[in-house]
Formats: sequence, C-alpha cells, structure tokens
Amino acid sequence: MPLEKIRKGAWAMKSILKGLVGVSVLALSAGAASAATLDDVKSRDALKCGVSQGLPGFSNPDSDGNWSGLDVDLCKAVAAAIFDDASKVEYVPLSAKERFTALQSGEVDLLSRNTTWTMSRDTQLGLNFSVVNYYDGQGFMVRSSMGISSALQLSGAAICTNTGTTTELNVADYFRANNMDYELVAFEKADEVVAAYDAGRCDVYTTDQSGIYAQRLKLTNPDEHKVLPEVISKEPLGPAVRQGDDQWLNIVKWVHFAMVEAEESGVTQGNAEEMKGSDNPNIKRLLGTEGEFGTAIGLENDWGYRIIKHVGNYGEAFARNVGPDTPLKIARGQNALWSNGGLQYAPPIR
Amino acid sequence: MAVTTAGESAPRVALLNDPKIRAWIVQILLLVVLVWLTYVGIQNMFANLQAANIASGFGFLNRNAGFAISQSLLEYDQATSTFGRVFFVGLINTLLVSAVGIVIATILGFVVGIARLSQNWVVSRIATVYIETLRNIPLLLQIFVWYFAVLRLLPGRRDSLDMGFLGQLNISGWYAPKPVYGDGINLVLGALVIAIVAIFFISRWARKRQEQTGETFPVFWTSVGLFVGLPLIAYFIAGMPLSFEYPEQGNFGPRGGARIYPEFIGLLLALSFYTGAFIAEIVRAGILGVNKGQTEASHALGLRNGPTLRLVIVPQALRIIIPPLTSQYLNLTKNSSLAVAIAYPDLVSVFAGTALNQTGQAVEILMMTMLTYLVLSLLISAFMNWYNAKMALVER
Repeated sequence: MPLEKIRKGAWAMKSILKGLVGVSVLALSAGAASAATLDDVKSRDALKCGVSQGLPGFSNPDSDGNWSGLDVDLCKAVAAAIFDDASKVEYVPLSAKERFTALQSGEVDLLSRNTTWTMSRDTQLGLNFSVVNYYDGQGFMVRSSMGISSALQLSGAAICTNTGTTTELNVADYFRANNMDYELVAFEKADEVVAAYDAGRCDVYTTDQSGIYAQRLKLTNPDEHKVLPEVISKEPLGPAVRQGDDQWLNIVKWVHFAMVEAEESGVTQGNAEEMKGSDNPNIKRLLGTEGEFGTAIGLENDWGYRIIKHVGNYGEAFARNVGPDTPLKIARGQNALWSNGGLQYAPPIR
Repeated sequence: MAVTTAGESAPRVALLNDPKIRAWIVQILLLVVLVWLTYVGIQNMFANLQAANIASGFGFLNRNAGFAISQSLLEYDQATSTFGRVFFVGLINTLLVSAVGIVIATILGFVVGIARLSQNWVVSRIATVYIETLRNIPLLLQIFVWYFAVLRLLPGRRDSLDMGFLGQLNISGWYAPKPVYGDGINLVLGALVIAIVAIFFISRWARKRQEQTGETFPVFWTSVGLFVGLPLIAYFIAGMPLSFEYPEQGNFGPRGGARIYPEFIGLLLALSFYTGAFIAEIVRAGILGVNKGQTEASHALGLRNGPTLRLVIVPQALRIIIPPLTSQYLNLTKNSSLAVAIAYPDLVSVFAGTALNQTGQAVEILMMTMLTYLVLSLLISAFMNWYNAKMALVER
C-alpha cells in the first residue's frame, strides 16, 4: 500500500475520532437542554405554536397570513403572559399526522391544534395534556336530500374523514357496536376530505362537531347539508406540551384557567384596566395587584392582566371565534361556565 | 544458494510498518468504529425515547389496529386485525398500483415514443405535446386532477351507470361482477398452465427451426389459440364451474361484487401517464441511438417497416433503453407513496400514516417503511440488471 494512502487513512481516523467526541458530547447535552422551555421561548423572543392547517374558528389564516381562532387565542394568551405582547407567536401549521412528532422533537413549544386528549396520547407519546379549551364530540354530516335522520341509518355508507385522528377509531367502534358496515375514505388533509365529500365520493363526512360546522362553510352549498343529532364520542380538545417540564405545563394550564376565571369574575378586555382598582380579592389575585402568583410560574406578577388586556377572557374568545355571531354559529353548550351549566371550570387562583 | 527459513534472514520490519498488515489494521479499525458508531446511535435513540417517555419496541405489531381500510386484497377485519396485518395490506396495495402502473407506463411510453418519431406530422405533434405537458407538471397536481376528474365524470352513488354483465359504475368506483369458483375450476387452471408451458416450448422450437431452415412458424397466433382455447375446452368439459356474483342495490348505491376504487384508478392513471411521458423520451433516444444504416440495411434486405422495427431496431435500442428505464420504474414505485393525498390506502398512507398516529411509534414505523421501499427498489433494480445483462450485445 502506498505510503500516502496510509497517511490519508490515519488522518481520516483522527478526524473520525474527533467527530465521535463531538457526537457523544452532543448526546449527553441533549437531555439537559430540552428541559426549560420557558427559557428557550424567552431567548428566541417568540413562542412556537403548533396549529392546524386551516380550521375556521380554531386556527385559520386569513388572506394576509394573520392567524385567528380559539386555539390561536390560547397561543396568543401564552405569548402575552410571557412577553406582554400577543404577537410574538410563530405559527407552525401541522397536519393531524405530523402534530405529535413536531411537539416531541421540539419543533413547537406548544401544540394548540384541536387535539383530543386521550389516555394513550397522554401516557405513551411523551406528552402532557392538562386543560380542555373546547369540549367536543364526533358527529356526522350528510346531504339533506338523502332523507336520513339518524346515524343508525348509515349502514353501507361511504364515509370521508382525516387520517391519523381519533375519528377513524370512533367510527370503527360505533359501526361495530351497531352491527353496521361502511367504507372508509381517509385523506391526509382536511381540504381534500371536504372536496371529495362535496364531489359525492362519500355519503357522510365525519369529524368533531366543531370541525363539521367549520368545514361545512367550505362546501359549494352549505345549506344542503345537515348534521345528524348523534354525538358518538367524547372529544375533549386541549393544548399539549412535552413531558418533563412541569413549569411550562403549569404556565399553559394556568393561562387557560386565568381566561376562564376572568370570564367568571366579569373581567373583560374592555374593563381590565379599571378592574385593576377593584377591591374584589379574586380579581386582585388574577390581575396581579395582590400576591406573587406570576413569579411562582416563572412569569411577571401581572401575567393575568396581560392575558386579558391582549386577548380577552374565555367567553370573549369563544364569542369572537366560534360563537353564535360568527359563521360557525356554535352555542356555548358544554363549553359554558360551570356556573351556567357548562363544563368550563377553573380552580381558584390563591 | 542456501535455503533460508522464514524469519531468519528476511529483512525484519516492525509489524506496524508492514504496508499489508497496516492496511488491514486501518480497515478493521474503520469497521469497528463504524459499527460502534451505529450501535451508539441506536442506543442513544432508545435511551432518549425512554427518557422522553415515548413508547418503543415492536410489540405494537401484535396489537389490534381498530380502524378500517377501504381497499384490501388480504383478509382484513377492523375488529381483529393487527398493526402487523395493516403493514401487509398497505404493502400489497403499494405493490398492486406500482406493478399495474409499470405495465401501463411501459406500453404507453413505447407507443408514444415511437409515435413521436412518426413521419405523420399530426401523430408526432400529439406525442410531443403529451410528453412536454405531462413531464413538466408536478406529479402531485396531476394526481389531484386525475382523481377529481375521475370523480366528476362518474355518476353519483345512488344513480350508478348499469353496464349489464360488466356490473355497475359510479363515483365510488366500478362494481365489477365477482367470479365465484365452483368444483372443477382446477381443471381449467391446469389447462391454463399446460397452455403456457406449451407456448414456451413451441416458441423455442420455432426459433430453432427458423435458425436452421429459415422457415417461419406463426407463433403468435398459435399461442393465442392455445391460451384461449385450452382453458375454454377444459371449462366446458368441467361443466362450466364459473359463475359471477353481481352487485345488488343497497341504501347508498350498489353493494357486493368486486370493487375497483376511484382512488386506485386516479392514482394509477396519474402515475402511468406521468412516467409514460419520461419513458417515451427514453424510447425515442434509444431508437435514435441506433444507426440509420441499420434501417437502410434492413430495408435493402427486403424487410418492411414493421419487421425492421421489431427485429432490427428495437433489439438494439433496448440496450440503450433499459438502464434509464430501470430508474423510471424505481421512480414510479416510490412516487406511489403520494397516494395518501387522495386516500388510496398504500403503505405510507395506512402504515406510516394512520398506524403511526395511532401508536405514536414513529421511529420503528418509519424505519420499517424505509427498509421496505429500499428492498423493493433493490429487487426491481436487480431484476432490471439481470434483464440488461441478458439483452446486452453478445459478441460472436
């Protein structure tokens, strides 16, 4: 073997060894770096929020690329609590399939993307769910002209839906339990699901009811379709974060609770400023004029005030994005405050 | 000259300085490092997965999948089938659309490639327009166009087109009559096998005879006769053991019969037409690569255009065509993974899509999927290399 070749070999060895040291150092440090999400967010000066690829009312971009929706408002509220600026959010549109991997790998800090909280997702994916910002359930939409009034008449139907969702499993369970057969046509993106249903490929469109109302707006003739009364599943939708960062989990959790608490105490975006002078101890703790609740989760004490000032309370966010005055026309229903017979309930800030 | 024994008078060189041994040492060290690096990488990945509380391992393959798949050539039941079965269902669907796509694309490519060289102005222009259009539009867009075009063309689910003994056609696909086999079908299948074997030997015999005596034998028509005739005779002898199950009308359109799904048709058309355009160019290049003197010589020998093309040009052109053709076949197979866009349940859609999402085990599932595509591609490649070697110029 010529000498030069040997020298090259030795040189290659040396650089490989150097590389190896580098790799093992990286491997060791990877675990430690992922812990403090809040520090990462602060140093980046922006919150990376995983949202949908366009679901009116929940997370939807307008023609100028401005995002809005109930899930987007949660992203904004978290950003407001940290930065006192609701615009410091980078939105990352994710398909149903990509969303968990994006969160696990650290591509987003927070997944706020109409995602159903289930036990397997909470325990096997390395994720944590904690609050429900929208109580939903899976429903069916059909053409009114078909003369169908109940989901139990759907035996033999072709059903369009999204891949990688709980809806595929729920449909399977429901049809099995009722001894009915069906044909599943599952697309990756919601737009194709709607287009295929609109073209008549399927008799039925199924997803969470909120999604059905939102997607119905995209059909050629929304009025010719109706939503069946059956709700076949519990779909508690809420934000998710990575496991192993309790502080970050607490921030997301309490940002949502603060919005609910604000609605309950009557603090709105409009009156937040004057409410700062309120004597009500609940409101004082919420807006940070009393107590040290903000510093306990790594934020400023006026975190609650910042949220309400920039984003508003839960009721305002609901009304603005999905409520009766929006094209979606969704009633508060289960998402009303507990004091009004709904399920939205915030533990006390004290 | 005295005989020297080893180690006595040979120049003593330190083991490390012996170029041969040194080369070995370097090679072995490199290999060890590579193996170690891979091992550490995998270890590290699993340690990180565990630290992040993400489930890992291949146990999920035995768990029940619990979701439905529309098109499945294997037995698949959403209640009892496992994720392992989902993998095979997806794989078979991928193989199906790739195999049929390769056949159609090849036929289309050869026809259009030859048409582009045609003396007929209209024919060659049409071929040019086809090639330049389809080659230059992204495949994903073409898939959408084909799929939604197919959907819009077909009648609704409840007013399907009745095609008599061909079954029914609507937006949910073609409900073809499903063959039901009775007793004695084995006789028909046996006759088919005998026919194929006979065709093989007849064509060999005919080739030999032509080489020796120059006399030709109508191999093609004999083969057709055997292929159709023998099974047909067996069919009547066995007492017509084949019947068809026709789709019947259900609440939401036809039910039963053998289904061909619009997702399959849309994807198949898009893949075949797209790849066909590339193959056409390869075929054209192959034919142009054969010296014009060959055509003239062939004509001079009295062969007409057809036989010239078949016996002189194409065999030589194939040597140029096969290597790039291989990469088109590989492309088509890999491109079939775009199926997920239009709900065709291929491997990527049901396994690397739905199964991944239901189990959350991205690393294992993606590794399995990548490995599968790698094996598929290598198999196609190996087959085409074999064929290429067989067609290569044999110098006598």
